[in-house]
Amino acid sequence: MDLLNIIQEIEKVDPEFQEKISPRRAAIKNITSFGSKVAVAAMPFALGSLFKKAYAQQSTTSIVAVLNYALTLEFIEYNFYNVGLNGSASAGLKATMSANEVAGLNLITTDEMHHVTFLQTVITSLGGTPAAYTAASFDFTAKNTFPTVFTDSNTFLAVAETFEDTGVRAYKGQAPALLRNKTVLTAALDIHSVEARHASHLRMLRRARMLAAGTAVTAAIKPWITGANDTGITAVNGSYAGEDNVMQGGVNVATGLAAYNTIAGANATTSATQAFDEPLDMPSVLAIVTPFFK
Amino acid sequence: MEIFTKKDDQLLTSPEAESSKTMQRRQFLRYAGAGTAAVGLFAAEACKKDRNDFKGVYLGSGDIGILNYAYALEQLEAAFYIQVVSNSAFATQFSADEQNLITEVRNHEVLHREFFKAALGTSAIANLTVNFSAINFASRASVIAYAKAFEDLGVSAYNGAGYLIQSPTYLTLAGKIVSVEARHAAYFRDLVAPNTFVGQDVVNVAGNGLEYDKTPQYVLGMASAFITTKINADDLPTS
Repeated sequence: MDLLNIIQEIEKVDPEFQEKISPRRAAIKNITSFGSKVAVAAMPFALGSLFKKAYAQQSTTSIVAVLNYALTLEFIEYNFYNVGLNGSASAGLKATMSANEVAGLNLITTDEMHHVTFLQTVITSLGGTPAAYTAASFDFTAKNTFPTVFTDSNTFLAVAETFEDTGVRAYKGQAPALLRNKTVLTAALDIHSVEARHASHLRMLRRARMLAAGTAVTAAIKPWITGANDTGITAVNGSYAGEDNVMQGGVNVATGLAAYNTIAGANATTSATQAFDEPLDMPSVLAIVTPFFK
Repeated sequence: MEIFTKKDDQLLTSPEAESSKTMQRRQFLRYAGAGTAAVGLFAAEACKKDRNDFKGVYLGSGDIGILNYAYALEQLEAAFYIQVVSNSAFATQFSADEQNLITEVRNHEVLHREFFKAALGTSAIANLTVNFSAINFASRASVIAYAKAFEDLGVSAYNGAGYLIQSPTYLTLAGKIVSVEARHAAYFRDLVAPNTFVGQDVVNVAGNGLEYDKTPQYVLGMASAFITTKINADDLPTS
């Protein structure tokens, strides 16, 4: 189970990690043992504050832990695209896509490969041990939730989109842990925006397919995220939980800004959820990606 | 360290390639002018009765300065899209689907602008006067080229200023906005040419896959071609 694997990975570079979070360690294990939806839903907040407390001050080990977390997500993305586009069954999948669609996906694959290499290099340069995964580490059907992920390109693009949107939220969630760190925070932000570009592109691919298939324009997915899960796939609700937030910095941006409401009119609430992407904390993201690990 | 090397010579692209170099030169010259005005402000501060001689805005220092910097860029973007959507050519130059999405982009940018204005309160800079004389709002090609340029510039600005922010709350808010700007940027880039959502002019596609971030000085230099109001950024944090 990858959540525990990740904690073990962090322990490799930070032997004191267990002590830092020991009061809650039993609870962490319980997430995987019982998988109660209530527990999973309730825990991220407790864990989030726990991580914050454990790493209130940045140390090299805490930075390496964040980078290994990012690297793990990049491994998922890179292997997903690489299996889909270059694996043994890729010809069948690509036959259901246009040349333009494949060309764009190849660009994304290359970016993800570079992100993996980059993070491995940085982690090593900091004296850490980079997380190591291969295609064999993953089950991209997510325990048969997406059985056609490598045979049906609609499913492939939908899963790709949720990986990218989740990745954006994951990097955003770690920004405060890298506060004021010119080198590492800036690098993380420079990856974060690339993931957002990928997400936007994938969303437009899906939108084009939906419109071609006769889906109403208003119902089709957009380059930006509208409300809490606009993908039409309930299995990925966790990736979009909280994206319908309209409270920003203590201001209700859907109703509290007169000049904006004058212009946005009836679409003020819709646009308000779109205009701000929301972060996700590490435990929430790990819970989302867990089914994709063997 | 080589892996962190950024290309700092990327320039804002214009739709008309031949006019691009002229525009860039003009932008930098204009920014040089802004710098002179900034010196003027400090001279005026020493003699406060002359302060009103400075016809511009002062971003401030610390997090307020960075937030005002973002507010200035959001003012520019919002003003641009308001003009795009209200132009009579909008309905004929863009498909129904594009009109739908670009109108939402306008809403996002107006919301960003108004959010910063509310968050900054009395610390907010005044409304900027924009100059879009270089942009042909009746031309689809001109509109999407400038939209792409403004969005790419915005992303590089937020990425480059993130480490200067001291408050984790403000950093997260900036993060919430920058990824939406990146979504806009990818959308417009793909409108300009398919599969350019991560072009080599904005992302180090052949190297580490990182976006090129920019300093406030660089970004304001670029933006000054479209902002008539002088902007004094002298007290923005640099580390």
